[in-house]
Amino acid sequence: MTENHHDVTKTFPRYSATFDEFTISQIQRAAATGIYDIRGGGTKRKLPHFDDLLFLGASMSRYPLEGYRERCGTDVVLGTRFAKNPIHLKTPVTIAGMSFGALSAQAKEALGRGASAVGTSTTTGDGGMTPEERGHSSTLVYQYLPSRYGMNPDDLRKADAIEIVVGQGAKPGGGGMLLGQKISARVAKMRDLPEGIDQRSACRHPDWTGPDDLEIKIEEIREITNWEKPIYVKVGASRPYYDISLAVKSGADVVVLDGMQGGTAATQEVFIEHVGLPILAAIRPAVQALQDLGMHRKVQLIVSGGIRTGADVAKALALGADAVAIGTAALIALGDQSPDLAAEYAKLGAKPGTYDDWQDGRDPAGITTQDPELAKRLDPILGGRRIANYLSVMTMEAQTIARACGKSHLHNLEPEDLVALNMEAAAMTQLPLAGTNWYPGKAGF
Amino acid sequence: MSGARNTQFFDLGTSTLRELNSTLQKEGAEGAWEIHNPAGRHSLAVGLTNPVSVTIDGHAGYYAAGMNQRANVVINGNAGQGVAENMMSGSVHVKGNASSSAGATAHGGLLVIDGDAGARCGISMKGADIIVRGSVGHMSAFMAQSGNLVVCGDAGEALGDSLYETRIFVRGTVKGLGADCEEKDMTPEDLQILTGLLSKGGITDIKADEFRRYGSARKLYHFRVDNASEY
Repeated sequence: MTENHHDVTKTFPRYSATFDEFTISQIQRAAATGIYDIRGGGTKRKLPHFDDLLFLGASMSRYPLEGYRERCGTDVVLGTRFAKNPIHLKTPVTIAGMSFGALSAQAKEALGRGASAVGTSTTTGDGGMTPEERGHSSTLVYQYLPSRYGMNPDDLRKADAIEIVVGQGAKPGGGGMLLGQKISARVAKMRDLPEGIDQRSACRHPDWTGPDDLEIKIEEIREITNWEKPIYVKVGASRPYYDISLAVKSGADVVVLDGMQGGTAATQEVFIEHVGLPILAAIRPAVQALQDLGMHRKVQLIVSGGIRTGADVAKALALGADAVAIGTAALIALGDQSPDLAAEYAKLGAKPGTYDDWQDGRDPAGITTQDPELAKRLDPILGGRRIANYLSVMTMEAQTIARACGKSHLHNLEPEDLVALNMEAAAMTQLPLAGTNWYPGKAGF
Repeated sequence: MSGARNTQFFDLGTSTLRELNSTLQKEGAEGAWEIHNPAGRHSLAVGLTNPVSVTIDGHAGYYAAGMNQRANVVINGNAGQGVAENMMSGSVHVKGNASSSAGATAHGGLLVIDGDAGARCGISMKGADIIVRGSVGHMSAFMAQSGNLVVCGDAGEALGDSLYETRIFVRGTVKGLGADCEEKDMTPEDLQILTGLLSKGGITDIKADEFRRYGSARKLYHFRVDNASEY
């Protein structure tokens, strides 16, 4: 008798593909608690992504640039359409909006320090601008959100650009949420809320509805800020062709398109996993909208949601984006999901790489927390250095690819440099399937 | 309209909105200003930071006196959507009716509307005082966080839905209360606050004890399955 022996009169025990382990845990959790599952982060499901694209590189018909010698520009100017003072960044990799509240003050400071060191921007979030954040960010984008928590015209005037948030990739059509554990005295004061309550933020702006109103709202903000600051409009990826067209129509200087891989501080799991588009599917229609309006490169496009490496940056830019934004990846660079924290994650029922209870405020890395003891664990100077390192690596990686494609600036990357590895990616991007000159839908089939 | 002797005039028939706003926003601007021919223009007298007195002589479009700080703005007419939105301080007085989202997210200051206000009056208000002599439309004080909303007439459906700590006073009928909004006892403190507000709003013909007081039941402050139908 060996341990491998089995009873040949019976089949092996078989797990259901429909009711898999995770699904069973979801049903059991729902039955036990009676409330939907809330977590942080973006979608965890496997999706068509930048990994499904490849660059062709140069050879006989294209000349590459010398890897370490020939110039390959990385800078980007945002807000050239109407703003008197467009912002000029040294790298097209920016830091996405994340709130003080969702993140500790130390984490916000580290993001500001890191972004400033490499000449890029960082962004506020729901809850307003902290003096520390303004102080440590050479270029700061101020988010204008439906909740208007902490929204102050003085801060609006202190910002370098203003981002009107219509939606975000993790939850297009959804409002914010910050659970009581993270509504500390300071967070509560900034948001004019009672301490310790579960805060819900609105999903719609309180004083405008639709693109015609938004046009008037943008005019008001420009009038208040002397037409100086670039106005971004941020949307979650859902109907990108129409949403980007309408954002341009409303007068945006810059549009920000966030795919469903983009993170959130806290949202229902069902929302994160089942609403919105992966960023790969959204970029081409967005660029098409800009081109159809004759506004490509005039209204800049920033894409976000699952940007991890310089290859992702290069692919996003080759598809037509002007810049990208990172959120989750920046938190990982700060120490989120670190294997060093395995023992502490285990106490929270998680493992490095799976931790997503950002809403609980018990983050052992000191990032997604308002607990002063935990937050102290993150050294903002060291954290800033890590962010700067990571941003520099991404920029250099993107340059490596661009030079290999013979491009003297990241913005010279183009769809012609890319192919798709599978039918899904080819259909979504209208890039040819690798080794062919065809994509689904081309020539009628 | 003839203003006080030192009143400065601005004619939107011959000048642009940009000229108007940049003049009023200029550091050190002071005194009284009268704006002629507003013709329902949007974004009139927005982003003011100086303690000036501004009279808009006619109807205003969207966001009149938006994000006001310290200025006192009077609108001799009706106001469009979002009048005094996100006001921080100062005052805005609408002599006619106001459209929807009047005083939206206002953090401070005083908004007085002599006529009626449309839907979502005081939506997400964060500390301002809003006094409406007439009635307010549906979803007024939606998610209102702090400050006071006084309605001398009636309130529409879903008053105070998902309310936080704003005090709501209504003299007339309430068509319906929103989720987590309930009638509260009028405490002596409430009466004192309301009396002060009526006086601040220049309302002398109406007494505080004619109002009912509404506030948050605070049942939605923490997620609970038994409140699921309210979410």
